[in-house]
Amino acid sequence: MSIVTVQLGQCGNQIGHEVFSALCSDIRGTHGLCSKTENESYQDACKERFFSEEESGVPAARAVLVDMEPKVISQTLSMAARSGHWKYNSHSHFCQKQGSGNNWANGYCVHGPRHKEAIMDLVQKEAEKCERLGGFFTIMSMAGGTGSGLGAFVTQCLRDAFPTSFLLNHVIWPYGTGEVIVQNYNSVLTLSHLYHSSDALLVHENDVIHKICAQLMNIKQISFRDVNQVIAHQLGSVFQPTHTAGGGSGYSRNPLGDLLEPLVPHPEFRLLGLRNIPQMAESSLAFSTFSWPGLLKHLRQILIANAHMEEGIDWQVRPPQPGSSMPSTNKPLHFNTSIANLVILRGKDVHSVDLGSFQDPSLYTSWLNPQDAFNAWKTPRAFNKYEKSAALVSNSQFLLKPLDSIVGKAWNMFASKAYLHQYTKFGIQEEDFLDCFTTLEQVISSYTNL
Amino acid sequence: AVSLPFAVGQCGNQVGCRFWDLALREHAAVNKKGIYDEALSSFFRNVDTRSGDNGPDIYKGKICSLKARALLIDMEEGVVNEILQGPLRDVFDSKQLITDVSGSGNNWAVGHKIYGCQYQENIVEKLRKAAEHCDCLQCFFIIHSMGGGTGSGLGTFVLNLLEEEFPEVYRFVTSVYPSGEDDVITSPYNSVLAMKELNEHADCVLPIENESLFEIVNKIHQMINSGKLGSTVKQNSLVTSSTGSGKTLQEKPFDAMNNIVANLLLNLTSSARFEGSLNMDLNEISMNLVPFPRLHYLVSSLTPLYTLADVNIPSRRLDQMFSDAFSRDHQLIRADPKHSLYLACALLVRGNVQVSDLRRNIERLKPSLHFVSWNQEGWKTGLCSVPPVGHSHSLLALANNTCVKPTFIELKDRFMKLYKKKAHLHHYLQIDGMEQSCFSEAISSLSDLIEEYNELDATKGGPRIDPSRLKIAV
Repeated sequence: MSIVTVQLGQCGNQIGHEVFSALCSDIRGTHGLCSKTENESYQDACKERFFSEEESGVPAARAVLVDMEPKVISQTLSMAARSGHWKYNSHSHFCQKQGSGNNWANGYCVHGPRHKEAIMDLVQKEAEKCERLGGFFTIMSMAGGTGSGLGAFVTQCLRDAFPTSFLLNHVIWPYGTGEVIVQNYNSVLTLSHLYHSSDALLVHENDVIHKICAQLMNIKQISFRDVNQVIAHQLGSVFQPTHTAGGGSGYSRNPLGDLLEPLVPHPEFRLLGLRNIPQMAESSLAFSTFSWPGLLKHLRQILIANAHMEEGIDWQVRPPQPGSSMPSTNKPLHFNTSIANLVILRGKDVHSVDLGSFQDPSLYTSWLNPQDAFNAWKTPRAFNKYEKSAALVSNSQFLLKPLDSIVGKAWNMFASKAYLHQYTKFGIQEEDFLDCFTTLEQVISSYTNL
Repeated sequence: AVSLPFAVGQCGNQVGCRFWDLALREHAAVNKKGIYDEALSSFFRNVDTRSGDNGPDIYKGKICSLKARALLIDMEEGVVNEILQGPLRDVFDSKQLITDVSGSGNNWAVGHKIYGCQYQENIVEKLRKAAEHCDCLQCFFIIHSMGGGTGSGLGTFVLNLLEEEFPEVYRFVTSVYPSGEDDVITSPYNSVLAMKELNEHADCVLPIENESLFEIVNKIHQMINSGKLGSTVKQNSLVTSSTGSGKTLQEKPFDAMNNIVANLLLNLTSSARFEGSLNMDLNEISMNLVPFPRLHYLVSSLTPLYTLADVNIPSRRLDQMFSDAFSRDHQLIRADPKHSLYLACALLVRGNVQVSDLRRNIERLKPSLHFVSWNQEGWKTGLCSVPPVGHSHSLLALANNTCVKPTFIELKDRFMKLYKKKAHLHHYLQIDGMEQSCFSEAISSLSDLIEEYNELDATKGGPRIDPSRLKIAV
């Protein structure tokens, strides 16, 4: 099954490019560490999922690029073409000239309706190229105006036009100390709207990835390109082909469905966090060896203690004692309660890995059987030069604090009425803001009371 | 996206002239292949002049003849004529000029009421023509001074017109404010009358003071002549230098100061013209820096002022550049933002600077700055890959800060000194359309603005009480 990606705004397009780059580089790599047939299966599955064949022989990404100003798309298209190994379809992009001015209302109320037809037309064309459409993956930031506002509008259109398809939004949360002054308003508006039309939100926070770049990758002068490449690696580690548990011998044919159905059992809980281990500078890779028990021990503690990476984990945090009925307020501090988790293992000796520690009922709410709350995908094919790597996609309290912080700051600004005239000018009124705050306070409350 | 600058009056046109000169230099440095590209199109049309000046626009391909997207308006001919006889003569054509002969006599009312009325149709027609040539018009820039008659009066008349004719296009105004020792006695009248228009019709105003520009020019002269640098300064890197001038002495007295303002405009629009990892368009500047419609006065600082030519001397540490942007030596108006309240702040960085450099410096500088309680993380940032000519990196800081209040209070005081005695009032009131109420409304508008800043200042340093969040029924 194929996934159609929609890249929205500067962030969405910059990241999208790094993702397809990473996927392509991975399948062309010779570090698969597996049998030739396995490798070929993997390559074919990846190509079917993310690329379409063109007459030129150069695979074209199954993607639609959307932006309200031309510079980024123009750069993105030419960078891809220069790689020689993949490209974007020369028609699958839509852009305008004036931008959205970091104004969610402008993106949603003005650009959205104005350009809906043209954009959905491109999406339809890409969808038709898929023999079997597995769903949509949108990439956007929520701080600006296009990715956030137009992105929310396009998501709604996708939902309306493809009501039975899976729809996963990849959302970038901005640096806390500001890239855009009205980022918290734009974020509140985006998240609340996506909650109503998307299946799930897969989140990356710039602050977290920045730390990974600084502490794990040892990059001195971190650029957005560095940040985007880490994000692309993490996404690749989730979306490159794997065998699902009951999937027989072939690679999974329904990646989005396999991800979303177990991870989002309840519509109130749609926020997914992503963790990846190990993560290091390529130059260090050759000198490092890892064991599965070591990797999984760290990954489990990252989950439980709500850590961002394998350094600085708080090992004191423990799950609550089993058997005792604990009201959520008495749960051990800082313990991250999960609704559902997915672990993806790639590389050497995956078949022998014991994942029992992730099925511990004390990690989860009581709604699902632990067997249903936890899922695992595996492939012996190593990813992106890591001999062994593990990814975790988690529906848990990972994003509770950051979400609460964003809503708090937005509310603080809203109370002073600052910047509201910029939004009302384009059609978003105070009542619309209030509705969005209400939606998100509800989400915060739900996740708090797990 | 296209920007259309209007230069109105003597000061406006002198600055404008510097601007076009430096814009051409900047694009020539970047555009090696002579192809007319998206970046060039934001300020220049590409015209096929082989069969004369009225040739068609060429949208792609090789550069034929670049014409500035501009309107030059002056009620005296001196400055505009000089431009048309100088090296920039081919960059403008007669369709972009509106001139008269007698000037406005340093009288806002003459500029606004008499010439405004007289030239309204002409201006609108030329404006529409200029806009027709634009693929997507995003922003108007008005460059003028506040203290005289044409720039101040006709300039603000044009501002009104722009709002009427093109309500969706942003209006940025670069205004040179008069000093206390200004030799135009009625400059307080002209400025306050103009302020009312700026309050009501501008999206963003960048106030400039000649003293600040003068001090920057002096500082540079001192540095060069003191021999402290131990090495030559790259001539073309001086924020005060003109194109191709191998000498530090300027030909015309205000050139050095005007070049600073021209550089301000180039830096302001750089991220809209050139690529970068975090683009910042002009509409984003307006969106992020104007929390309430009338509070749209932005203090600008530019850094660095020069770069050393000797490559063996390490370039000034990046962090020093950020510190300088918050030093009063680099501001284009005299004000004290560090001791006042920030409503919002934007940092537009050019050159080889990455997001980690930005973050590190924001973290470092934040503790010494006071931000309003509802905007504690009020930073808007942009990263443009292309540095200005002669530099490896540069920074433009724009602050919406209550420190502009003293400037406005001073202006109000100077106005009142004259107004109480009714000095020179008759020169204004005798103009058709001018009444006493124009004055009282103008000073009232200014007072209201000052009061808005007062209210915000009152919140500074007070206890921080965050409003309680919405309660959700569980």
